[in-house]
Amino acid sequence: MSERFEPNILGLLCSWCAYTGADTAGVSRAQYPANIRIVRVMCSGRIDPIFVARAFEHGADGVLVAGCHPGDCHYVSGNHFAQDRFATFARILDFFGIDERRFRLDWVSGAEGARFATIVSEMTEELRALGPLKMKVS
Amino acid sequence: MQTQSYDTLVIGAGISGMQAALDLAEKGYRVLVVERQASIGGTMVKLDKTFPTNDCAICIAAPKMVELARHPNITLLTSARVEQVKGSVGNFEVTIWRQTTYVDPELCTGCGDCARACPVDVDDTFNGRLSQRKAIYLQFPQAVPAIYTIDYAHCTGCGACDRACGPRAISFLRRSRPLRVTAASVIVATGFELLEPTELRKEYGFGRFANVLTALQYERILSASGPSDGHITRPSDGKVPQRIAWIQCVGSRSEQGGYPYCSKICCMYATKEALITREHAPDTEATIFYMDLRAYGKDFQQYYERAAAHGVRYVRSRPAMVSENSDQSVTLTYADTLTGTMHHESFDMLVLSTAVVPSPDNRRLAQALDIAVDDHGFFVPRDPLREPLHATREGIFLAGGAQGPNDIPDSVAQACGAAGRAAIPLATRTRAKPPEPPAEREVSDEPTRTGVFVCSCGKNIGGFVDVAAVTEAAQTLPGVSFVESSTFACSEDAQRRIRAAIDANGLNRVVVAACSPITHGPVFQQTCAEVGLNAGLFEMANIRNQCSWVHSGAPGAATTKSIDLVRMAVARADQMRPLTAQMLPVHPDCLVIGGGVAGMNAALTLADMGINTYLVEREPILGGKLNTLATLAPGDVAASELREQMVHAVQQRPRIKLFLGTEVREISGHVGDFRVTLDEGIGGEINEVRVGTMIVATGFREANLHGRYGYGNEPRVITQLELERHLREGTLGQPRSVVMINCAGSLEAENPNCCRIGCGIAVKNLRRLREAAPTAKLSLLYHDLRVYGKGQEEHFTQMLREVEPLRVRYDTARPPTVAATQSGLEVTVYDTLLRDELTLEADLVVLTAALRGDSETSRLKQMLKVAANGQDFYNEAHAKIRPLDFNTEGIYLCGSDHYPRTIADTMAQAAGAASRAAIPLLRGEVSVEAIVAEVQPELCSGCGLCLDSCAYGAMSMDALQNLVLIEEVLCKGCGTCVAACPSGALQQRGFTDPQLLAMIETAWEGATNE
Repeated sequence: MSERFEPNILGLLCSWCAYTGADTAGVSRAQYPANIRIVRVMCSGRIDPIFVARAFEHGADGVLVAGCHPGDCHYVSGNHFAQDRFATFARILDFFGIDERRFRLDWVSGAEGARFATIVSEMTEELRALGPLKMKVS
Repeated sequence: MQTQSYDTLVIGAGISGMQAALDLAEKGYRVLVVERQASIGGTMVKLDKTFPTNDCAICIAAPKMVELARHPNITLLTSARVEQVKGSVGNFEVTIWRQTTYVDPELCTGCGDCARACPVDVDDTFNGRLSQRKAIYLQFPQAVPAIYTIDYAHCTGCGACDRACGPRAISFLRRSRPLRVTAASVIVATGFELLEPTELRKEYGFGRFANVLTALQYERILSASGPSDGHITRPSDGKVPQRIAWIQCVGSRSEQGGYPYCSKICCMYATKEALITREHAPDTEATIFYMDLRAYGKDFQQYYERAAAHGVRYVRSRPAMVSENSDQSVTLTYADTLTGTMHHESFDMLVLSTAVVPSPDNRRLAQALDIAVDDHGFFVPRDPLREPLHATREGIFLAGGAQGPNDIPDSVAQACGAAGRAAIPLATRTRAKPPEPPAEREVSDEPTRTGVFVCSCGKNIGGFVDVAAVTEAAQTLPGVSFVESSTFACSEDAQRRIRAAIDANGLNRVVVAACSPITHGPVFQQTCAEVGLNAGLFEMANIRNQCSWVHSGAPGAATTKSIDLVRMAVARADQMRPLTAQMLPVHPDCLVIGGGVAGMNAALTLADMGINTYLVEREPILGGKLNTLATLAPGDVAASELREQMVHAVQQRPRIKLFLGTEVREISGHVGDFRVTLDEGIGGEINEVRVGTMIVATGFREANLHGRYGYGNEPRVITQLELERHLREGTLGQPRSVVMINCAGSLEAENPNCCRIGCGIAVKNLRRLREAAPTAKLSLLYHDLRVYGKGQEEHFTQMLREVEPLRVRYDTARPPTVAATQSGLEVTVYDTLLRDELTLEADLVVLTAALRGDSETSRLKQMLKVAANGQDFYNEAHAKIRPLDFNTEGIYLCGSDHYPRTIADTMAQAAGAASRAAIPLLRGEVSVEAIVAEVQPELCSGCGLCLDSCAYGAMSMDALQNLVLIEEVLCKGCGTCVAACPSGALQQRGFTDPQLLAMIETAWEGATNE
């Protein structure tokens, strides 16, 4: 039997909720697979779809974008912009030959350490099943 | 002898003393801090974690310790004690005794060579005597100052340390000596101790049986830097215990066997210890033997329920005795008070939640300061209701555990309050100007020279991540010219080494691989700034919270991830540019929203500090709940009397401008310059005021119980607030039988909280009912008796004796029902102690209703841009160490809009919020966000797609030039506009595309999907 595939996951997290939630996961010693690498931005509204595309180009098998729950954005409405932007973005992923399941947009509050751990665990499982990303070279 | 003069003397440097000193120093006052121990930090730094957020205690205390030690307005004296205080407020003459430590603090580098050479082993009191240290020692790894101390009582004078000391810092000739200073005000924050039950409560075997510990000793066992490196083991044989029990109230709540008061913190710390134990080792059985489970703080009840759901077993009981078995396990004999049966149960380890007791030094200090202590030795306020922070001598203030059991947020709030009150005698003094930012090195023309500092965080990182491998990998990264690892990167000593490395190697970027940039980023940025490196040239790799702690089961993968995270941070560092912190002037006035006890006391404190204050109240009169309440605990002061006194005091202050019958309509601006529209309603005026800071003090309300317990249908079913009004106005009549139902609407999905003050209100009002209706039959239906606050436990016991109510314990899962009968009301309740259903006839039912934040919270929070929880209580910036701040800079909170609290606590918090709000006002300037968005005009096409994305009105269109403009003061630095720009004309400073892409592209070395 071959070695289990370990996917690379990039996490783009807002500082106030999702990143703090990831910190909280640590404080409460929640355990999740070590497949994710996290980049902190101030707000999920800052996340340009180009970042996600570039991650897929540079070795990511999956990308997680996470911000504050709708209504809880530290910057009032940045997460709504993220939501709109990535709803469109997810639909065009298929066009580039990337399974939509490789991208996840979710909400994690600063207190939801356990939820963050669950999200990463679920994504890792799903990507293990999907296998490595093979992008079309144009 | 030369006499130094200071503005305020702070005695004690635990969390309370540190907070008080920082609050004053930040205002520009010169503070002298005197600490008895060799290091500051107090009890908090001995704790493993803090409830109910499980924050690591040292992680949140260490930045404050470092900040205090570095503050230009603070002078710190450790190993010192106050001997005498003469003079009076405004000019106290203080004599201090400086105990020699035989180590020159200027020469000691904290290297520890001396301790390795010392042949003497001594029980380590910091670790609860569970391990040993040397006779020359550092109290704990993060000690501030990081200077070794000789324990003279145990030193043999052999001189081995002296010979081992490279910098020749040790001298046995250094003498203890007195020091005289003057100060205008004094804050006493000497903390508390935990009872060691060797005499009192010796039936539990402490000191006789090896595996019976105090809770504070158990904290050390849990702690990663403790005697067993965070592994839970038994002291007798080092084996991992399978069954651990906690006994609550050891020495508390007992006139005979200890102290009559409730120690207030034990139910929660035992819950925390049990929960963390089960998280460490899920197979461990954890059992807590308790009397009443006092989960009465914000989110405490939910924390307790989480622990119970995680398998912590709670037994309502009276433990009788403990015996030791041949394998050094212990057998506990107890009566289960729910079933009324006796049991024997064996445990591998027993933890005693012992009474909070005053420091034994309190009585001596009370004499030196000429202030009073109570029978137990806690310092007493001169008026526990009105001035809970003022000692019995003018100009001397109290904070934290020195005056009774307090948890960390209450201690911090009191410390802020004491700082606020202690600032009043200083109002006419000149303040130190904010320090000029250190000169910055110009680095833009230099090639990148990055320094990487990898932290082991004791075992927190080092136990799971191969720090040596991370260090080695960092050396190969582009642009890296220096790499070093340290045990605790946040310690004074490690910070000094970072500064030295920057200087010696000409580093122009710094990456610290340690914990989270959110908690520790500012500490390291400050370190860099001190040697001229701009804060924007600093980056952190989060290899603890987001790596070692969450991948402790996979050390190999955690090491690989740490190496990746460091590579990403180094790549980003290469792209970083200096960030300029713009300074803005501050409008010197303050606005207080809410004219109840909290709002009035905040306004009074501000006015007396010399600050003009607008006080806004929605009702046409001041007073808030004081207009409804009958009497106030403790002391049964009439609410109307306190109201008159406070309103009179407000009216006497020309600095307070009142807006009654006025609503806040609109808020714009930012810290330093808020513009607030005040609407006096129909026929009134609309005013706009400009203020630098704001305090929110909008109070609480009773939850709507309509349709439950007959409330709303039966006029004889009323709430406690309605009862207060009847008692106040004498309209109660002569009820013959009153049934009081506690927790009505609490501890359920909609209001999961314990309201904290309900039991105290019930106790107070049962006494008042007894006076008003001496022959009435009084019944109290309760779930747990959680009387809260100083002196309340004693009141409660007294009430039981005097009033003798029928007490019925029910379970909130099976609440009582109220039905109307022909003759009156009938309450049916299942008594969990009798295990039988009872029916009580009543002609008056009083509901202790669940409490919620004010009904306007949802509207106000939008305007303030702050958050609140599902019960309309505002969310503070940090549950432990920032209880009075909002996350939004320049806005503060106090009183029951944060969570229900007593009048005394409200007074303390209000003074504390005033102290916090005064800091920017007295400094006169604030620094604005450095990470704002900027436009590159040559790339902007003027499409305007970005405009909608700005929630702060910071963006506008210059129609003439067809360009977008950004007002930096209004920009909050979210970067949403940057991602909205289709032409790449916008960038966010500190979070530019090149910086973020550099991280994304280096996350996996050499990996590509192409």
